[in-house]
Amino acid sequence: MSRQIVMPFGPQHPVLPEPIHLDLVLEDETVVDVIPSIGYVHRGLETLVEKRQFPEYVYIAERTCGICSFIHGMTYCQGIERVMGLEVPERAHYLRTIWSEYSRLHSHLLWLGLFADSMGFENLFMNAWKHREFVLDVMEETTGGRVIQGSCKVGGVRRDIDQETLKKMERDLKGFEKGLKEMANVFLNDDSVASRLRGVGVLSRNDAYVCGAVGPTGRGSGVPIDARMTGYAAYGELDFSPVVEQDGDCYARCAVRVNELFSSIEIIRQSIDRIPGGEIEVKVKGNPDGEYFSRSEQPRGELVHYVKGNGTKYLARSRIRTPTLTNIPPLVKMLQGCELADVPVIVLSIDPCIGCMER
Amino acid sequence: MKPENQELRLIDTAHLIGEVEDYRNKGHRLVNVSCTRAGEEFEISYSFELDLRFENIRIIIPLDADIPSISGIYWGAFIYENEMHDLFGVHVRGMNIDFKGNLIRTTVPYPFRNTSFKGEGPCQDR
Repeated sequence: MSRQIVMPFGPQHPVLPEPIHLDLVLEDETVVDVIPSIGYVHRGLETLVEKRQFPEYVYIAERTCGICSFIHGMTYCQGIERVMGLEVPERAHYLRTIWSEYSRLHSHLLWLGLFADSMGFENLFMNAWKHREFVLDVMEETTGGRVIQGSCKVGGVRRDIDQETLKKMERDLKGFEKGLKEMANVFLNDDSVASRLRGVGVLSRNDAYVCGAVGPTGRGSGVPIDARMTGYAAYGELDFSPVVEQDGDCYARCAVRVNELFSSIEIIRQSIDRIPGGEIEVKVKGNPDGEYFSRSEQPRGELVHYVKGNGTKYLARSRIRTPTLTNIPPLVKMLQGCELADVPVIVLSIDPCIGCMER
Repeated sequence: MKPENQELRLIDTAHLIGEVEDYRNKGHRLVNVSCTRAGEEFEISYSFELDLRFENIRIIIPLDADIPSISGIYWGAFIYENEMHDLFGVHVRGMNIDFKGNLIRTTVPYPFRNTSFKGEGPCQDR
């Protein structure tokens, strides 16, 4: 056996947009073990439920993540609505679905750009982010915010989208989709991309399941976990199925995200076609008394907001289980046995959102 | 929207490992482990899913009690158990990867152990 050394990776590293530290135990160039540690950006957001009334806490929940903030706000609202027995109008459910899918497009394009950058493919990076700009413009036009939308509230949504704008969004999706197809062709068929990603960071289906992998990390290993199948918001009324790949390597996780772009576009189209008219919110009376585990599918995987009310304006507990937290054990499995030079690409392949994970 | 039915069963701590093993053998996925301070006790909930059916079991323990780790059954559970230790000070016996308080580096030890605010009032009184 070769001599083992421990090499620190992070918290600052060119491929890490946010800080996480990994102690890599190496034998020559091979990683034999990994010890992750976090805590650099822990904000204690969950304890703020003691200081913010439950309707105000939506703003805190949204700020858990700067990439999928809308879905955090929606999932929290869903939990409170379930505890209070509120019947949210159908139109609000469809609007939530539309904004959730634009969030997914935004997040996946952001990740695809970063992933291309990590491979040194600068043109592809810029191409992905050019398409992302289109999504951010739609978010800004319809919610008023590019990053933090603030359009979800307990009982519904704050803003409506008029029919003319919805039709324009549907028309614009055609050109957007055409551009994405050209970009997807490079991610899925280019030799240099495939040679960097195929067979790297393999996570078996069994390991994915036992380690608790969610989102594209789990689906890339053939585990068809997708919280949207539970039918929250308007997903129960729409036709779609989880995008699944079988190989479990970095290429498979990348392919899941690329193909989910087109799945999201299809969901948005269906939502625009089927959105009913009517109110966008219901009046909220009283305080939550009870508990609920609210689940949704973030771009990175299943998100859980546990809320527990005690009959006052302040919740007794908010627990936010983000997908990156539960994807850390699978990451440890993927890294065991890999080459040192592959570590950055493998770490990025789970799409780590550390700020989200630390809360 | 289709509301999700969620089952929650309160169990004795002594039965925790057996119950979790049952879930594992039936093919459930571990979704979450969460801790909540409830007065002078901790409520610890374990969430599982199989075929979109969401189930929870809960143990209630005194603040200074320890619990057995389920990481021998669900390997990835170490992340939740270390987090529970670092934020609430819950001692978990037999974790497969024990960070000994260094997973989440907090300025204040066990910051979620004590609730800092009880009841309503103006901001400056909180």
